[in-house]
Amino acid sequence: MSGQMTGARMVVQALRDQGVDTVFGYPGGAVLPIYDEIFQQNDIRHILVRHEQGAVHMAEGYARSTGKPGVVLVTSGPGATNAVTGLTDALMDSIPIVVLTGQVPTFMIGTDGFQEADTVGITRPCTKHNWLVKDTDKLAETIHQAFHVATQGRPGPVLVDIPKDVQFATGAYVAPKAARVSHYQPRVKGDIELITELVEMMEKAERPILYTGGGIINSGPGASQLLRELADATGFPVTSTLMGLGAYPASGKHWIGMLGMHGLYEANLAMHDCDLMINLGARFDDRITGRIADFSPRSKKAHVDIDPSSINKVIHVDLGIVGDVGHVLEDLLKVWKSRGRKTNKEGLAKWWSRIDQWKAKKCLTYRGSDTVIKPQYALERLEALTKGRDRYVTTEVGQHQMWAAQFLGFDAPNRWMTSGGLGTMGYGLPASIGVQVAHPDALVINVAGEASWLMNMQEMGTAVQFRAPVKQFILNNERLGMVRQWQQLLHGERYSHSWSESLPDFVKLAEAFGCSGAKVDSPKDLDDAIMAMIEYDGPFILDVLVEKHENCFPMIPSGKPHNEMLLGDASTEGAIQAGGAVLV
Amino acid sequence: MSALKIKKGSTSHSAYELRDPNAEVIETHTLAVLVDNEAGVLARVIGLFSGRGYNIESLTVAEVDHKGHRSRITVVTRGTPGVIEQIKAQLGRLVPVHEVHDLTVEGPSVERELSLFKVVGTGEKRIEALRLAEIFRANVVDSTLESFVFEITGTPEKIDAFADLMRPLGLADVARTGVAALARGA
Repeated sequence: MSGQMTGARMVVQALRDQGVDTVFGYPGGAVLPIYDEIFQQNDIRHILVRHEQGAVHMAEGYARSTGKPGVVLVTSGPGATNAVTGLTDALMDSIPIVVLTGQVPTFMIGTDGFQEADTVGITRPCTKHNWLVKDTDKLAETIHQAFHVATQGRPGPVLVDIPKDVQFATGAYVAPKAARVSHYQPRVKGDIELITELVEMMEKAERPILYTGGGIINSGPGASQLLRELADATGFPVTSTLMGLGAYPASGKHWIGMLGMHGLYEANLAMHDCDLMINLGARFDDRITGRIADFSPRSKKAHVDIDPSSINKVIHVDLGIVGDVGHVLEDLLKVWKSRGRKTNKEGLAKWWSRIDQWKAKKCLTYRGSDTVIKPQYALERLEALTKGRDRYVTTEVGQHQMWAAQFLGFDAPNRWMTSGGLGTMGYGLPASIGVQVAHPDALVINVAGEASWLMNMQEMGTAVQFRAPVKQFILNNERLGMVRQWQQLLHGERYSHSWSESLPDFVKLAEAFGCSGAKVDSPKDLDDAIMAMIEYDGPFILDVLVEKHENCFPMIPSGKPHNEMLLGDASTEGAIQAGGAVLV
Repeated sequence: MSALKIKKGSTSHSAYELRDPNAEVIETHTLAVLVDNEAGVLARVIGLFSGRGYNIESLTVAEVDHKGHRSRITVVTRGTPGVIEQIKAQLGRLVPVHEVHDLTVEGPSVERELSLFKVVGTGEKRIEALRLAEIFRANVVDSTLESFVFEITGTPEKIDAFADLMRPLGLADVARTGVAALARGA
């Protein structure tokens, strides 16, 4: 389709041509012409949110669970500024999002007009790129460029700001194929010499580890498949960041659990003691490295990343390979196979026996209870009762998020949506709706804390209106659990403002929103409550009253190296053995 | 973007680490950045420097290819080798950036800066200013009975030296363009 049309129609046509089936948005004065076009078509479904931040998180959930870019449409001024947290979240976690914002007409820009904000100025540091379109003839091409930039290379959020007069004016539509998608063509193939060098290191390594991240999931299901092939063929242990869970199956033979501040003991000790660390699409985040100076001191480090600026940013590596991790894995496997599939079998066997010793520590052990629901127990039961199902999990941010990462197992990529880099409380509920919209028949659960959940609870209205049967699994400790934990550990148990004195009745809240809810406070009733939540045909809020002062362990205290992890009190008594001094 | 090859063995750097500022050598590098001359591109580059805490010693920008709408940004920056590598990589991933060249490491280059000096005075001082200007090959581009405006082109060091000499002779105002630089040879 081409020819002359209004800017507003062009927006809808461009989205259609980009294969967009869903837009999350909220109307307002500066986008009314586009909403008028949306009204007059049926190809693109519009999900009306309750707050623009929710729209962006929904688009993130949609993108993360499908691999396609998420699309948001909001108005100028407050519509755009409300989207800023979501944009920053997507930038930190490399999620492809295209946000379209309305703007005051071009002749009013700079006059402090009603609902005017310098949207491209405000969002410049929180987008991968953004555009202000001042000419209707350039609108379609700019939208196509936006999709290109959002999805190519390291994915990320982009924003197109469209003044209202540009929407009304008529111009020439340009189809995606005819659009100049700029010079932006990031390198995807890794340098084969460097890949061969890495294979040589792999052949000799006595204590190798595959440290995988969200980049594998962003690269697509093929990369996850190649990772599995690599791990299973070489026998190397696999750990992952929070963002990479599911790339290698949690049930896989070589899985040693998540690493990082609340990662597993065996994963962190293996990172600390390895002699070859292969970072595949992760970025040495500070939650992962702990104290930089003591990070994995005796290892050679290789880093595969599509973003050249990630390499040597935080941790100096011996071998940096710029490329898409899927392409690099493919070449890596080819080279390794052609050289005779060599590994240091003797070294590996010893390495695994050390890892098994660390595993034997059972670092996730916690003190159970017959009277109070332990949050860990709640997640164990949730895992047991939902495991075989077509399940997607989102989370909010805090203790519950870490427990979910520890106790839920993911065997496939794109099944786990969480705010990693930015740590955005209020992410999970809207993200769950975005996932559900993309997968209407799946079981979508948001593992939440009550404080995070309240931050975007208005989106329950969206879930009810669009019949998104999302399950809100709230671990309610009436505390800001992670803040409280840090205050206990670091601030002399002075619990400054880390509890809520007047929480809503979540069951009544569910009813008020027109869905259903239940409260459970006893371990013996938990299974029935979870089953009732799963089986309810519609959105459901399960208010799980859990132990109020449970701490999340294991934990690498801030600024400490991996081998100074704190373990939960249930598992550390008299058990300090391997891997250096473990602080109790 | 061949200029962006990640150098093996460059130093580690983290914003979260408290480092001894003297532990690593601070180097000055001149970077040439070729960008699309689109709205906001300068803000993007400057925002990158301020947002990530990098230094800008000097910055010049102008369109150098009117047909292709390309601008050349010349930026002089200071940092440890690791920080310099980061700056180049961060610049390289901006969407409107086509090329990043580190003129300091890519081989010999020439650097020039143009500046205007207003010197106010009469009598001996005025004559001395004019004499020194001749030695420095500065041109007089404006003159009144008690002032000169000199135009001088040269390396930043030469301009600094000229400024030092003019100060006691009635230096009233200075305008400097910042550094423009090109690699030597073909």
